[in-house]
Amino acid sequence: MTQEKLPHHSHGLSEIEQRVKNLENLLVEKGLVNPQAMDELVDTYEHRVGPQNGARVVARAWVDPEYRQRLLSSATDAIMEMGYKGRQGEHMQAVENTDEVHNMVVCTLCSCYPWPVLGLPPTWYKASSYRARAVSEPRAVLAEFGVELDPQKEVRVWDSTSEIRYLVLPQRPENTENLSEEQLADLVNRDSMIGVALADSPEINQKERK
Amino acid sequence: MNSTHDLGGMHGFGPIDRGQEAHFPTQWEQKVFGLTLACGMLGQWNLDESRFAREQMDPGDYLNSSYYEHWLHGLEKLLVDKGVVTATELESGQAEETSALNAVTADRVPDILGRGAPTRMDCDSAPGFAVGDEVRVKNFNPQSHTRAPRYIRGRKGIIAAYYGAHIFPDQHSVSGRKIPAHLYSMRFEFDELWGGSGVCEQGSDAGEGDKLAVYVDVFEPYIEQ
Repeated sequence: MTQEKLPHHSHGLSEIEQRVKNLENLLVEKGLVNPQAMDELVDTYEHRVGPQNGARVVARAWVDPEYRQRLLSSATDAIMEMGYKGRQGEHMQAVENTDEVHNMVVCTLCSCYPWPVLGLPPTWYKASSYRARAVSEPRAVLAEFGVELDPQKEVRVWDSTSEIRYLVLPQRPENTENLSEEQLADLVNRDSMIGVALADSPEINQKERK
Repeated sequence: MNSTHDLGGMHGFGPIDRGQEAHFPTQWEQKVFGLTLACGMLGQWNLDESRFAREQMDPGDYLNSSYYEHWLHGLEKLLVDKGVVTATELESGQAEETSALNAVTADRVPDILGRGAPTRMDCDSAPGFAVGDEVRVKNFNPQSHTRAPRYIRGRKGIIAAYYGAHIFPDQHSVSGRKIPAHLYSMRFEFDELWGGSGVCEQGSDAGEGDKLAVYVDVFEPYIEQ
């Protein structure tokens, strides 16, 4: 839609802002969209659902071997045990990083991402460069994120082309034997659950907090 | 369809830009997110139709626009295609007809999000392939929606896992019909997808003996023995 065609062009609004405003007004006027429902949707994913959920899942898998087993064999149920479920996480699969294997997740066709445990995807995850390159040059992509793996370690890239949503279970950092589950969850950053970072080491985490 | 949404393996996009951390850098993007989810809850289309609508954006515009512009394009197209609003209403921003549909209210949102839209289905037929089978993805080029990215078509791989039968998106996106198809995780060796060393010049990938594999979710109709 070009700018000339747009009616009610208010001063100061860009073409796209005006286009969205017109659409919102139309949908509300026709009773198709309830503004409070929209606020609820935005608030849910902007403030309530986010990677803190996935971090709790990972920390529990680190301290509870039986939970880890359940997470690896039936992730949807194991994640639901923690209270996380629903849209864009209906069918979950956890993939575990080990000394031999590193996993990372992409959606080359759109932006599939496990919302209940990670929230909405970061901008780079949805952008062309990551979607194009993750499957064809994963080590170069990891290097851009500052992850240099042992060249002997196998890299597995998971392209989310169905409704299965992937959560990477990162390796537990060293020197964390004495940390509580809650303290461990603080080490689990979002990118480590996408597989483009490692979990934080306790030393780094402390520094960043200062 | 073979368009610019199918990005796997494309070159020229440069380094990954990690500068933007806000989910909604501007208010219009936040609005598009809210409007898209709220309109989806009217039940007039499914997620696969939604993806197909975004993919049909002009290929040049797709690459040149931001993520929520894709969503906006898809939403406007679906609203008109499904007769929820008229093209004239969309153009003018003024309602001309009343709608029989009712907006979802805020109190129903948590339950709807919590339920999601599971795609797992029962299927009368047994899966045609077993874990460990070596199979090939068909070479096919539908003009309609498919979840088989171009970079795996014609390529060999191993069935790594079976995920049960799920709604087949290629059908769901066109007719809205929920037909079950067996779904597998297929493992592709890097060389099979991208050839030998030297393909990926930017990085250190695909060197001699490098261990790299790509796992893709593949529906049975995409696969041949």
